[in-house]
Amino acid sequence: MKQLTTPISDEAIRDLKVGDAVELSGMMVTGRDAVHKWMIETFIKKTRAPEGDDLKVYEELKKLLYGSIIYHCGPVVAGLETKEYRIIAAGPTTSIREEPYQADVMKHFNIKGVIGKGGMGPKTLKGCEETPAVYFHAIGGAASYIAQTVTRVHGVFKLEFGVPEAIWVIEVRNFPVVVTMDSHGGSQHAVIDNSSKKVLEDLLARPF
Amino acid sequence: MRDLTNEIMELIRRTSSSLPPDVEKRLRASIEKEAPGSPARGALETILKNIDLSRANSTPICQDTGTPIFYVHYPVGWSTIKLREQIRAAMAEATKRSYMRPNAVDAIYDNNTGNNLGGEDFPYVHFEEVEGEDLTIELMLKGGGCENVGRQYSLPDNSVGAGRDLAGVRKVVLDAVQKAQGQGCAPGILGVAIGGDRGSSYIKSKEVLFSEMGTRNEDPKIAELEERLTSEANEMGIGPMGFGGKTTVLDTKIVGLSRLPASYFVSVSYMCWAYRRRKLTVRGEEIVYD
Repeated sequence: MKQLTTPISDEAIRDLKVGDAVELSGMMVTGRDAVHKWMIETFIKKTRAPEGDDLKVYEELKKLLYGSIIYHCGPVVAGLETKEYRIIAAGPTTSIREEPYQADVMKHFNIKGVIGKGGMGPKTLKGCEETPAVYFHAIGGAASYIAQTVTRVHGVFKLEFGVPEAIWVIEVRNFPVVVTMDSHGGSQHAVIDNSSKKVLEDLLARPF
Repeated sequence: MRDLTNEIMELIRRTSSSLPPDVEKRLRASIEKEAPGSPARGALETILKNIDLSRANSTPICQDTGTPIFYVHYPVGWSTIKLREQIRAAMAEATKRSYMRPNAVDAIYDNNTGNNLGGEDFPYVHFEEVEGEDLTIELMLKGGGCENVGRQYSLPDNSVGAGRDLAGVRKVVLDAVQKAQGQGCAPGILGVAIGGDRGSSYIKSKEVLFSEMGTRNEDPKIAELEERLTSEANEMGIGPMGFGGKTTVLDTKIVGLSRLPASYFVSVSYMCWAYRRRKLTVRGEEIVYD
């Protein structure tokens, strides 16, 4: 089992291959559908003007994400009334919904890793090669287990997006993941998609 | 009429944090099929640890506490208006206690209501009057990841050469499993409805998921197709989380409906491994949780 702590160097990323089991530690931020759309529209493609605290959050995110990780996760959080936040459940959400945005977001912020589930497509895989970065697969649904690796909640941005869609700044220790897309063009998801497609063709040809 | 708000909240807590024993048993049995040290086996081991931890700490098995789907079977004398109010009150309180994630988002304005109460349809509540004395409330929590990989086919479907018969049904169900890959949090459980209109077909494909693992359709021909689909889906080697492996589908449940001569729908609801469903029975003064 490899151990990595954020910020992660390019060399450490290039060293990772599909199939590697890794335990992650350090600071990272959560971000999913609303966050990716907001990042692209407001700061990358600039099709919408920044509003409210957008620019302030952007400056913070540039520091937090540089060399670090974005986690596709909409956690269950306690302590909303007192702002003494505790992460109760924090498994990954399905990543493929960020496929239109992920590569650009990764490059823009120099993100070294994306944690999610279900894998991503060719655009993100190319982004992983170019940035460089990797896709870390967490175990979908293992929310209580993963929440135990969150040692501290440092804060939250964009809570107006709703608890699941907000940007939670968290610190983790020994968060278990598997590399399923690396920075050398390797994708376990493409491999399984192809092999299962071949079996499906055989199954469809079988008499009823 | 008795106020069941607290009992319903307990039902929500149990459903969110304690996986039913029949599901857990299947998951435990599937571990042995995966090679030691493989990512597939690692995934199942983590899943099992998570099941224990969630139950011990009353924390959600999955952070996506899903669409709450209630089925209430009530004898004469109960008010569905009051029961609905109690279900809604229990849901708001369970959210406050972190048994549920605030999950109701207004689709037009994008704002999360913060308490899992949306319009009339969130939480989803279905009422059915029944004979006898017992009132039962069943709850299923179905996450968005698996809901997104559900599919509906209108047969014939040329993309997989599926005609309007059970052979065609088999083809489209296998296609749905291949397209889902690991994105619905495999290993999954398939609820399949044949017939109906688009709406009733999807609803039945979920309703059938309230039955226990291994429950077979009474029609031997359909029961055989259920078994065959589970086994053939597993031949595809998608495996837990789509990592590759032998365990892709844990069970398949099929239900047949009436259809119009013009329509032949096949609806596939994919349930993730976090197959959360629990039941509460009110029998006189007694409250029984399954």
